[in-house]
Amino acid sequence: MTTKRIYPIFKREFGAYFVSPVAYIVISIFLILAGWFFFSTFFLYNQAELRNFFALLPLLFAFIIPAITMGLVADELNIGTYETLLTLPVSVSDVVVGKFLAALAFSAIMLAPTLIYAVSIAFLGDLDWGPVIGGFIGALFLAGAFAAIGIFASSLTKNQIIAFIIGTAICFVLTLIGKMLFFLPDSMLGFFQYISSDRHFQNIAKGVLDSRDFLYFISVMFLSLYLAALSMREKF
Amino acid sequence: MKTGRGKAVFGNQVFSAALKTQPNRNLWKKELDMIHIEHLTKRYGDTVAVNDVSLDIEKGEVLGLLGPNGAGKTTTLRVLTGYLPPTDGTIRVGENDIRSDTLSIKGKIGYLPESAPLYQNMLVYDYLMDVAAIRGITPDRRMARVRELASICALENVMHKAIHELSKGYRQRVGLAHAMMSDPEILVLDEPTSGLDPNQIIEIREIIKEVGKEKTVIFSTHILSEAEATCDRIVIIHKGKIVADGATEELKQQASGRYTLSIKLTGTTEAVCKDVFRAVTGVFEVKTGAPEEGQVSLQLSCDAATDVRPSVYRIIRDKDWGLLEFHRESRSLETVFRELTKEN
Repeated sequence: MTTKRIYPIFKREFGAYFVSPVAYIVISIFLILAGWFFFSTFFLYNQAELRNFFALLPLLFAFIIPAITMGLVADELNIGTYETLLTLPVSVSDVVVGKFLAALAFSAIMLAPTLIYAVSIAFLGDLDWGPVIGGFIGALFLAGAFAAIGIFASSLTKNQIIAFIIGTAICFVLTLIGKMLFFLPDSMLGFFQYISSDRHFQNIAKGVLDSRDFLYFISVMFLSLYLAALSMREKF
Repeated sequence: MKTGRGKAVFGNQVFSAALKTQPNRNLWKKELDMIHIEHLTKRYGDTVAVNDVSLDIEKGEVLGLLGPNGAGKTTTLRVLTGYLPPTDGTIRVGENDIRSDTLSIKGKIGYLPESAPLYQNMLVYDYLMDVAAIRGITPDRRMARVRELASICALENVMHKAIHELSKGYRQRVGLAHAMMSDPEILVLDEPTSGLDPNQIIEIREIIKEVGKEKTVIFSTHILSEAEATCDRIVIIHKGKIVADGATEELKQQASGRYTLSIKLTGTTEAVCKDVFRAVTGVFEVKTGAPEEGQVSLQLSCDAATDVRPSVYRIIRDKDWGLLEFHRESRSLETVFRELTKEN
């Protein structure tokens, strides 16, 4: 794995997002949904804060991010370009990391316009910037973890739709499990609380920067990308 | 000039020093032998796609890989290009082993997979520039290299088009440009002419011939005449094993060591002819063809080592039969191929 080999792959994937209409559609859907859900209640609460936006974000990401990553590997397997790509002097891990970085960069671009929310709210009232900055940093980590999961899902199948459904299912479980703790036996509470991505994200979004929360997201990324690379090597 | 000469002498000294420490033959072999396929086996579950194949491919050779569908051609090429790992055995390219130095072997090989799978949405120009980047061509040389390939593969008019808009022939040429990007020592092409019209086939063949003058080219094909026209050497694979290997002419002769003599006679019967000709030394088998009114047509299967024509003719003359046809059939590559790859 070297940047010399990863960079061209990243560049190609990132560029490929913008030559098809899918990218623009996904960004539009994300911004419309986020804007609508957030601002429909914002003036009722009459609070100058983004807490509701960040509470909403994991659920939105759980189906938007797998839509971004669904084609990354599945499409190559389907068209057969996987063979042309992997017989170039690159390794499977170069390809996985390159694609992951492209998906992450795309997610960052999708998220960027929502910074305007923060700026406009700062004009309306006294905005506490700590949780906002924490929220956006956390959102990037969350997007990274979900993108890695999405790439893993994409590497399992030739069919983009199946990849999307598998990816969304995993992301939804990780998001909602924190809210389902009520139904689970006491002995397993700690474990399920720990794997809940929502809880770790909300910690960061409160402005509490605890290394354990970051460690969680980084482990999810590593594990998923590792599994993706394994599944891509086993394709033969 | 002087320094140049000095360097050459120095080079010779190094060379002769190396000669002293190593046997001469090995040095020579290292120069020439490029690809060694050693006891290569590839299994998919219980199916054996390639079964204990060994093959040495010399530098600068144009090698045609023939075989029926499912014979293991594509699998062999995929292992060679580092796409599939071998189940058993190995492939060495120069000093590198496919198991440990996959990346450096991939760097030496340019590969065009079957039916040229390419990113459909990209422009030809963008695609080739990206391949150049992955191939490690420095940014200042990329443009020149892409231009050069565009002219070799006659792509100048489609550089600004998306790949999905291109015809099959152009797509194949983009794939060829992709494979030749880094000016690789070895070019591997999997059925490069399948699905093309006759003009396009000839164009692709011309490119292969041109490249084959300097590089090692390995390509698989179904079209026998194509292999005959372009290859120095032909390898026929059947059920994962090599069943024939050699120059085109050699192959025609060595195949089962037989040739066919066909004769058409009048004034005799099939039964008599069969008995008489079977007695001639060098004739293995006498087959009769479709009977016509008053005629007997025969196919004598003969040993390649003996020419039976004089003795057969003497018999016909002595018996005073009428001779309508008499010719020795030179075996085409097609017959050789069919014989070697028949089921059972």
